[in-house]
Amino acid sequence: MAGAKENIDRDTIEQVEQIDVEKYKYGFATDIKSDKSPIGLSEDIVRFISAKKDEPEWMLKWRLDAYERWLTMEEPNWAKLDYPKIDLNEIYFYAAPKSTPGPKSLDEVDPELLETYKKLGIPLLEQAVLAGVEGAKIAVDAVFDSVSVVTTFREELAKSGIIFCSISEAIKEYPDLIKKYLATVVPVTDNYYSTLNCAVFTDGSFVYIPKGVRCPMELSTYFRINEINTGQFERTLIIAEEDSYVSYLEGCTAPMRDENQLHAAVVELVAHKNAEIKYSTVQNWYPGNKEGKGGIYNFVTKRGDCRGDNSKISWTQVETGSAITWKYPSCILRGDGSRGEFYSIAISNNYQQIDSGTKMIHLGKNTSSKVISKGIAAGFSDNTYRGLISAHKKATNARNFTQCDSLLIGDKCGAHTVPYIEAKNASVVFEHEATTSKISDEQLFYCQQRGLNAEEAVALIVNGFVRDVIQNLPMEFMVETQKLINISLEGSVG
Amino acid sequence: MSNMLEVKNLHVKVEDKEILKGVNLTIPKGETHAVMGRNGSGKSTLSYVMAGKEGYEITKGEILLDGENILELEPNERAVKGLFLAFQYPIEIPGVATMTFLKAAMNAQRKARGEEELLTPDFMREVKSAAKMLEIDSAMLKRALNVGFSGGEKKRAEILQMALLKPKMCVFDETDSGLDIDALKIVSEGVNALRDANRSMLVITHYQRLLNYIVPDVVHVFSNGRIVKSGDKSLALELEKHGYAQYDEST
Repeated sequence: MAGAKENIDRDTIEQVEQIDVEKYKYGFATDIKSDKSPIGLSEDIVRFISAKKDEPEWMLKWRLDAYERWLTMEEPNWAKLDYPKIDLNEIYFYAAPKSTPGPKSLDEVDPELLETYKKLGIPLLEQAVLAGVEGAKIAVDAVFDSVSVVTTFREELAKSGIIFCSISEAIKEYPDLIKKYLATVVPVTDNYYSTLNCAVFTDGSFVYIPKGVRCPMELSTYFRINEINTGQFERTLIIAEEDSYVSYLEGCTAPMRDENQLHAAVVELVAHKNAEIKYSTVQNWYPGNKEGKGGIYNFVTKRGDCRGDNSKISWTQVETGSAITWKYPSCILRGDGSRGEFYSIAISNNYQQIDSGTKMIHLGKNTSSKVISKGIAAGFSDNTYRGLISAHKKATNARNFTQCDSLLIGDKCGAHTVPYIEAKNASVVFEHEATTSKISDEQLFYCQQRGLNAEEAVALIVNGFVRDVIQNLPMEFMVETQKLINISLEGSVG
Repeated sequence: MSNMLEVKNLHVKVEDKEILKGVNLTIPKGETHAVMGRNGSGKSTLSYVMAGKEGYEITKGEILLDGENILELEPNERAVKGLFLAFQYPIEIPGVATMTFLKAAMNAQRKARGEEELLTPDFMREVKSAAKMLEIDSAMLKRALNVGFSGGEKKRAEILQMALLKPKMCVFDETDSGLDIDALKIVSEGVNALRDANRSMLVITHYQRLLNYIVPDVVHVFSNGRIVKSGDKSLALELEKHGYAQYDEST
């Protein structure tokens, strides 16, 4: 039967090879005049960005210090990723739509931009949202290339004392909060990409939830890279004061371009006593074409600090895009009894490479963390889970449960699990479970025998595989994620 | 057209080895036929080839479903045309609740036929009544399909799918394997309830036992890749008594 089996496998593989990335429906580019920095990176570019943002002197100095430090750093090479060296001198570090150099009220936003977000399915029109025609009520900060173009529902949020604005505005309007919190979770010198981000970040979102406030709606940022050869360096900072709660969603897309584009973000979360932050991402940057040409290089540092006792930070990510993903949303469990969670679905196809996971750093007593990671690899892709669970010697009774499952489609892709565990306190209990499986020809045949076509069958099986994680997504993302899984596997078989 | 299924001179190879050597089988509408044969005689191959499983090379012959040659169709296209195969070993689909699977399958078939998707209340009503007949409780419907199911649960889940998909040609591949006598009764009653003038059935088995419950109109003896004898239900009893050896060909 070996020969027949090979035939079957070959067919499945051929089918998977046809996964049609050309169906990436966010691949259009917006034709809009843009204001760019000179190409490449230098101290002058850092000054240029700071000047464009009209930043105070202290911020410029902070950036320049980071830049100096960055010059001494080396690109990390420990990840299981293979890509040509990125030439930073070929990248524009700042690009902004000429018509909208900074956030404005909705009436003032360039209609071309509004049309772009409409095509992306992002609700920016408050009236429409309020009237219920655009679905659930979500406040959105829309970042287009290097700038935030609009932030919705600000006034309504301000009534509860919530600040939701672009980070550029926050630097000018709330300098004390920025000085108090910026780079306190991800230090300026944390890593090559985060330090670079400190020097050249252009925009992002700022959220402040005051003590005792439960944010009345989902907050979200929608990142769009449009301009060719542009790097996007965004910076997001979320602070939840004591007894507060916020759920935050992040989405991202980019046009289909043959050139690789760089995205290096830093996200910092701070949860004070009894506060809870839920951060969900649907990352759908352009993944490159079938031959692996083009796509976003996504190098992201995301970290949350459970600073207060009994605080909670939960990361949920759905990673379907990008040519390269290097991303480890992490939790520092500092407060006693604090909790960290990481739920991840990472789908790689064609020549995509993902090296992603989390770090759960247990510092306080009775801290607990949970990691559920689902990796799906198809085509020629490589999909690595890399995670660190550590307990400080004071972390008495720390608990972790980790489950890493990988699903392979075809036999030219790879799935890898690299768990690191460090426990310096004898009372901790860390559990790790891992599985690797394949979609079998038998499963496909069985589903097809019941009337599902091959694509529907793969989508159903994959949806079943990621079910534990999907259940943790906010309702808005749950439906989108299921659709996204179906789209990213469209044309995969059949 | 009064024949539901016509298999004509079917020759099938797997890796250069001929498994089916000229199968001829005609099942009129509304009839239930049994194919009996010892293990390894090619009975299961026949059911897989009918359903369109890959890995089989058809060198000669055709299979007509309701007058239409289906050999060029994808497995799902055959399913949409009303062919259903109850598996000997139903496949596990982790994370997909049985209920979710049922709905996906029913809607996929409706979509392929250009019909509207089922409304959830209508779907629930249909599932509940079919599940009741097969003594399937709602807890089982919430579990992932076939994952951790007992032998009896798996076979009942197969018949449940059949009841909901309403195929016109049902093929049972060794449905009695792994069933105790109680489960066998429930499954058989489920199958018998679905027998009607517009639906044909093919029961593949190597024990006569199942045929006490699902009584066939015609029994075929399968040996060495082809049907060597056909008769009424008494043929099954005769086989039980004397075994298959008399039909073996010297090679």
